[in-house]
Amino acid sequence: MVRYLVPVIVFAALIGVFYVALYKDPTELPSALIGKPAPEFNLTRLFKPDEHFSPDTMKGKVWILNVWASWCESCRYENPLFLQLASTSDVPVYGLNYKDKPEDAKQWLEQYGNPYKLVAVDANGYVGINFGIYGVPESFIIDKQGIIRLRHAGPITREIWRKDFLPLIKELRG
Amino acid sequence: MRNILLLCIFLTGFSTTVFAKTTSLEDPAIQDRFKALTSQLRCLKCQNMTIYDSQAGLADDLRKQIREQMHEGKTDDQIVAYLVARYGDFVRYKPPMEAKTVLLWVGPFLFMLIGGVMLVRYIKIRRNEAGNTDVENISEEEHLLARKLLEEGGDK
Repeated sequence: MVRYLVPVIVFAALIGVFYVALYKDPTELPSALIGKPAPEFNLTRLFKPDEHFSPDTMKGKVWILNVWASWCESCRYENPLFLQLASTSDVPVYGLNYKDKPEDAKQWLEQYGNPYKLVAVDANGYVGINFGIYGVPESFIIDKQGIIRLRHAGPITREIWRKDFLPLIKELRG
Repeated sequence: MRNILLLCIFLTGFSTTVFAKTTSLEDPAIQDRFKALTSQLRCLKCQNMTIYDSQAGLADDLRKQIREQMHEGKTDDQIVAYLVARYGDFVRYKPPMEAKTVLLWVGPFLFMLIGGVMLVRYIKIRRNEAGNTDVENISEEEHLLARKLLEEGGDK
């Protein structure tokens, strides 16, 4: 009896593995940076090109770094959420303008609205590489000690915000 | 004339892809190293391509970084460590042997072993089944039946 059951069990297990894998997004990669300090950078600001922004100045705050570009289609989807957050919550969202032209970036923000406290310009994308960016948009939650606690690739939906971002931000703020 | 034009279009296509990857004035040793290393690394954007092959913007940036680092005298291991720190082991087509990747490395051999054991056992069982028919102690009836079958076969 067992002899005949073994192949059935093996087959069922295989189907189980395939079924789980079917609903997993293969483009969702684990970040190598979770729990590590956010990479250091010092970039010029989009609207104030003589001034710089460095994550070092954010120590003691829980904040969001959002990587976006004007050429990025899905950045438009999450922009309204960030706009709403900017007016209704006190979670600071900082923009990293990734491989973009400053004029295009400014025009995009004028057209769709600017939810960012400030925008740093990563023109050649090298800071993006340090953050392990492989597509835009990507968002990071960085804690008071400057450690990356969450990375989300792709646009943030309201559901993701409620489920992943909000609880963690509350927890980190303590 | 049309054919020549078409040929020109094709050739320009080839030349741009070639130049995107190798700059002709570069040291051939670095070029070889560059090709060997980038062919072992996965493009994060189009996951089934290597960083060497991919046309994605990110792959292009990573090629630039890798080339720069080679010129700075970094070893292949250092460059791979740089990429793994940012993108994780996923960037490598050949993941390192670790506790969580043991199954990946040993799995195929394990399955081969299980298959081999099962095959040997199966063959043994079949042999035993075949061996049970004792030729010496065949009854008279069976002899006649065998002869009849053989003769029938011989007619054809």
